[in-house]
Amino acid sequence: MDYFLSEEQKMLVELAKKFAHEKIKPVREEFDEKEEFPWSVIEEFAKTDLAGVYIPAEYGGMGMGVFDLCVVVEELSKIDGSISLSLAATALGTFPILLFGTDDQKKKYLPGIASGKKLAAFGITEPNAGSDAGAIQTSAKKEGDSYILNGTKCFITNAGEAEVYTVIAMTDKTKGPRGASCFIVEKGTPGFTFGKKEKKMGIRSSSTRELIFNNCKIPKENLLAKEGMGFIVAMKTFDASRPGVAAQALGIAAGALDDAVDYSRKRVQFGQPISGFQAIQHILADMATEVEAARALLYATARQYDKDPSARNTKSSAMAKLYASEVAMKTTVNAVQVLGGYGYMREYPMEKRMRDAKITQIYEGTSQIQRNEIAFALIKESARK
Amino acid sequence: MNFIVCIKQVPATTDVKIDSNTNTLKREGVESIINPFDEYAIEEAVRLKERTGGKVTVITMGPPQAENALREALSRGCDEGILVSDRAFAGADTLATSYTLAQTIRKIGEFDVIICGKQASDGDTAQVGPGVAEKLNIPHIAYVGKVEDIKPGTMKVQRMMEDGHDIFDVSLPALITVVKEINNPRLPSLKGMIFSKKAVIKKWTAADISADADKIGLSGSPTQVMKIFYPPARQGGEKLTGEPQDQAAALVSKMKELKLI
Repeated sequence: MDYFLSEEQKMLVELAKKFAHEKIKPVREEFDEKEEFPWSVIEEFAKTDLAGVYIPAEYGGMGMGVFDLCVVVEELSKIDGSISLSLAATALGTFPILLFGTDDQKKKYLPGIASGKKLAAFGITEPNAGSDAGAIQTSAKKEGDSYILNGTKCFITNAGEAEVYTVIAMTDKTKGPRGASCFIVEKGTPGFTFGKKEKKMGIRSSSTRELIFNNCKIPKENLLAKEGMGFIVAMKTFDASRPGVAAQALGIAAGALDDAVDYSRKRVQFGQPISGFQAIQHILADMATEVEAARALLYATARQYDKDPSARNTKSSAMAKLYASEVAMKTTVNAVQVLGGYGYMREYPMEKRMRDAKITQIYEGTSQIQRNEIAFALIKESARK
Repeated sequence: MNFIVCIKQVPATTDVKIDSNTNTLKREGVESIINPFDEYAIEEAVRLKERTGGKVTVITMGPPQAENALREALSRGCDEGILVSDRAFAGADTLATSYTLAQTIRKIGEFDVIICGKQASDGDTAQVGPGVAEKLNIPHIAYVGKVEDIKPGTMKVQRMMEDGHDIFDVSLPALITVVKEINNPRLPSLKGMIFSKKAVIKKWTAADISADADKIGLSGSPTQVMKIFYPPARQGGEKLTGEPQDQAAALVSKMKELKLI
């Protein structure tokens, strides 16, 4: 389908596709197998300018938007949904600075991220605070010109590899969610270390670790927005970042569809390619329809977001993420089915897509949390009438 | 320092059809790309520019559509592109091409290093690079696998040989042709792609480069193509059929018969 991309957006797609095929495809199995962070790929990626696509030109980026970030993540994820995550997760860690940072904070942190040389990460989840973000225990205590951070964040994407961390901590526990604040913490700050590296079902080349704060002292200039605004920062960040997860899910699904169609035309059983059997055709037809629907919803959402980032985009972002991640899971399960025994073998990239797809239904809010957000917005809209 | 890269646009495939009437390659409908060896030349020039500062000018002699190859070179970090194009250049052999490129470089004026790919994937002669250096009366080193050092007036390079490599100190200006071991070419950058779309490609004719009419195109080419043909296709050989066991037995007895085992 034609989504009427601009000339520059067509270039983005062309470049991202080229990068995925030439630089990621030859190494994706190796990084998955070794569970190794793909620095060699990321260093090459930095040279393409794509890392800073959503960052304003005045801070070293390309001055484009969430839509443009999404088409890049989609193209990369068609080939590998795990290596592409280092970009999407960096965007997640960068949005708090982009949306709430002062000019000084932006000048200090964004150029390095825009150049692709530095990665970022976002820390909100804790062992006892996942979907229930109100249960956060990590604390930030003001002392003179500093804040002292204590506590542990877990399951943090890009942890250990990123240079810049945006972290939610409680500045006043008595106020509940209104007592949360968001801070920038740099790698190498005394008292800030990383815990064990998790072993995961999918996205295995991505790094997932704990952030451990033990009397970690940061300057008060590292507070984003104001004290007590932590949850607003987090919610606005998710409005911007969830389309990126949807793009990752969409790319995984679209890549699975491409390979499944290709395979069905080559695989001969009962004297004909299996693409000639209606049983296969209908699976492929459903996959293609759902992938296109996910893309249409995501593109509309991302374009709406870019038109007015200050508006509330929670419902549409949640819808795009919910739908694309559900489609990714269903499509990859069916794609493995089309490939049969070959789909199940680790020698072929299909089972990896199925493993990678699952996380998109879980992180940055589970599918259930997305439904909560959508329903809450529906009820609120109705009450306003 | 200033670098000049000479590139050639070639067919994307090696499976090119021949026009038996004109003894030339049929280019219609065949996708064109930058000669793969020239991509290493472009990358090396851009890397050297990043080391020393200055600029990279990329030139090609060819039909109007060769402009696309220059734009792609700009997207990969080159600063300026010049297309030398004129009907009078048609039918040029390596001697006439070397002369034409040398005249182009004379008009550009100042430069420190000229870089070419070691050969083109269509003609495979490897003559044009050294030919340009001879026409300009500057030193050249072919098959360079590494630039060890470069500073104003001199550079140190490794020339790849079958049994190792030679190391040369060469005074500048000079010309080198490069092999694929020299680097791993980058992809275009987004800024480069946007720049290359908008960039103005200079177009020079035979008159612009003050070319001597007797030294360009067909009249400047002592090489005459008498005939162009495909090598005869290999014949099919003998095919063994039947059950695998029978095929294996037949193969072994055949090999014994031929005294291979």
